[in-house]
Amino acid sequence: MLRSLQIEPEKCTGCLQCEMACSYQAEGVFNPSKSRIKIFAFHHEGRFVPYTCTQCTEAWCMHACPVEAIVINQVTGAKEVVEDICVGCKVCTIACPFGTVNYNQDTAVVQKCDLCGGDPECAKACPTQAITYVASEQGGINRMRAHAAENLPQDNA
Amino acid sequence: MAWTRNVLRVNLTSGSITHESLNMQWANDYLGQRGLATKYLSEEIDPKCDALSPENKMIMTTGPLTGTMASTAGRYSVVTKSPLTGAIACSNSGGYIGNEMKNAGWDMVIFEGKSPHPVYLYIENDKAELLSAEKLWGKSAWATDELLHSIHQDPLLRVAVVGRAAEKGCLFSAIVNDLHRAAGRSGVGTVMASKNLKAVAIRGTLGVGSISDPAKFFKATEDGKKILAENAVTGEGLPALGTQVLMNIINEVGALPTRNHQEVQFEGASEISGEAMLEIRKGDGKANLTTNGACFGCTIACQRISTVDKNHFSVKDKPEYHGNSGGLEFENAWSLGTDCGIDDLDAITFANFLCNEDAVDPISLGATIAAAMELFEEGVITVEDTGGMELRFGSAEALIWATEVTVKGEGFGLELGKGSKRLCEKYARPEISMTVKGQEFPAYDPRGIQGMGLAYATSNRGACHLRGYTVASEIMGIPEKTDPLVTDGKPALVKAFQDATAVVDSAGICVFTTFAWSLEDIAPQIDAACEGDWNAERCLEVGERIWNMERDFNLAAGLTGKDDTLPKRLLKDVAKSGPATGKANDLHKMLPEYYELRGWSPEGVPTDATRSRLGL
Repeated sequence: MLRSLQIEPEKCTGCLQCEMACSYQAEGVFNPSKSRIKIFAFHHEGRFVPYTCTQCTEAWCMHACPVEAIVINQVTGAKEVVEDICVGCKVCTIACPFGTVNYNQDTAVVQKCDLCGGDPECAKACPTQAITYVASEQGGINRMRAHAAENLPQDNA
Repeated sequence: MAWTRNVLRVNLTSGSITHESLNMQWANDYLGQRGLATKYLSEEIDPKCDALSPENKMIMTTGPLTGTMASTAGRYSVVTKSPLTGAIACSNSGGYIGNEMKNAGWDMVIFEGKSPHPVYLYIENDKAELLSAEKLWGKSAWATDELLHSIHQDPLLRVAVVGRAAEKGCLFSAIVNDLHRAAGRSGVGTVMASKNLKAVAIRGTLGVGSISDPAKFFKATEDGKKILAENAVTGEGLPALGTQVLMNIINEVGALPTRNHQEVQFEGASEISGEAMLEIRKGDGKANLTTNGACFGCTIACQRISTVDKNHFSVKDKPEYHGNSGGLEFENAWSLGTDCGIDDLDAITFANFLCNEDAVDPISLGATIAAAMELFEEGVITVEDTGGMELRFGSAEALIWATEVTVKGEGFGLELGKGSKRLCEKYARPEISMTVKGQEFPAYDPRGIQGMGLAYATSNRGACHLRGYTVASEIMGIPEKTDPLVTDGKPALVKAFQDATAVVDSAGICVFTTFAWSLEDIAPQIDAACEGDWNAERCLEVGERIWNMERDFNLAAGLTGKDDTLPKRLLKDVAKSGPATGKANDLHKMLPEYYELRGWSPEGVPTDATRSRLGL
């Protein structure tokens, strides 16, 4: 069963535990600037929004890579960067429509979310379940249920 | 080892910037942040120096847990001598800048001297430079924050900044970071501005590593987060209502100082409570509260993110204030609201926005306005002083006016900016000032919560709830319930809270965790992160050492046991309503026992035996 990261911005508090967990898993230090998931604060609107790679099926980053350094993990479906092959040309960072592949100047290769091999640290670290790891085919199930509930007769509650 | 072991020293007089190693002997004795920076300050300045002279230094400092995954571990502090009190100042802030400083590789930044012209410090990892702030001087904290982001073309830059009030000498100016978090009390921002230092802008990308025992650390911090999530205060009350969960509670127990402490209950409390912030407004159909938010690393998320009704008189023609910003904490809702007799939630929220915009401590501001209102009601201050404004209790218009002139440093605002003590002295009515050691009270009346009287009187930074929050025990039953109306047992309770808080403030975490965590929960997190054995017993000893060191600083600065007192109003005038009716604060029953428990002489001086026991 393929699973995806599900993000519910209305639950995010902007604590950045996910960014610390991500960077620690990937780099061995707590370093939000190296996190593959980013939280964006919209001050005026009073909102925090987590954002990371959606693992596109037709992944533009993968198609754009001239050296085939981005490969599909057959178990998780994640598009993973093979650091030994990546030449740091950054074409994938241009190809990605969402900006979720980025160059790491310390390693001289690109970095992106790899779903931590199927056990994403960001989802585990999130204290409010704003980030969860759910069956890809049921990503919308809670919202469907919420909309379905809107049609319930009011006096029968 | 958790510390980066690096200290950045910035001499503003000469413009020189040097790197040095952290004194690890002191780190072992004082842990970090509040304790460690106070040790540095005590060693480096003459406590008698003029707080606003170049001889004073200002230290920005993180703790060993800052920047790690421990819950709430994003804190930083500013340590200096206070211009408001003449005592030690240590103001603690959340937001994101503490983590950024640690990620840039610094435990501490020490500022000394005074720059010949306005500057700001820009730090990008190990690169640090002083840049001209000529174009930033005269701008609000918010405007400066925006300009710095634009100048450096870096949306991820974190900024700590002073506003116009500090430039104009307001003695309770704060240092605001991330727009609405603040090192708020005791005028630390005034010291920063006196050095011609407008801002500190930091970008850190090095990471925080070197956790001594990672497996143990993740276990200890996970356990800690679970306790916070399952606790009624940190898991439910604070995320839902913020610190404003307290407004109705403290009013009910008759400990909500009202109209400059003339009363202990406020008839309008429910109108400005945390619950009221959730109610839909008539004006624009929205609630005051948009959502809660978290500081860096915090799994509690007590921050309020709020709007003012755009139809409200205060912002009607000011669309720049129609969006979301930092909402009301209980202390601010009390000082700007209750203490001024004002029950207009929108007006108080807007006044709080203004305090953030220009980096002013809303507790001291509200309390000073309250004193001015009493002076006005008594006819001591007149419309001639205010330029026509009727400065009356309950007037939201007066609150907004007084806030605006103070944060901008204009006209009568310059008088208000001196604080309640100096204002009341100027008008020859010192008894009207509700202060200890020159600092204004927060939101708990010691007639209704006896232990807080002792906590205020003996607080090393003047009247303050965050040096020993016995409200937790006396009202909320944490760790166990004590009777708020009796003095028995309070000296030991105050001492225990003071020592424990000192170590929490030195670790890099938030004091709000202590609603759920004891030192038994905190010590394993410090122990796993840092070298050496850090058990709860050692932590408490470090806390006691810090407390005594701060006391020694104050004694050397010229304060004495005589300053460990409360205004006459709280010692003589009894509460007129609520459970504490007929009671004043019985400080005299607690203070001698407190000195004895501390190992201090009857004059309040640590004995040689005490100093020697603590290695001072």
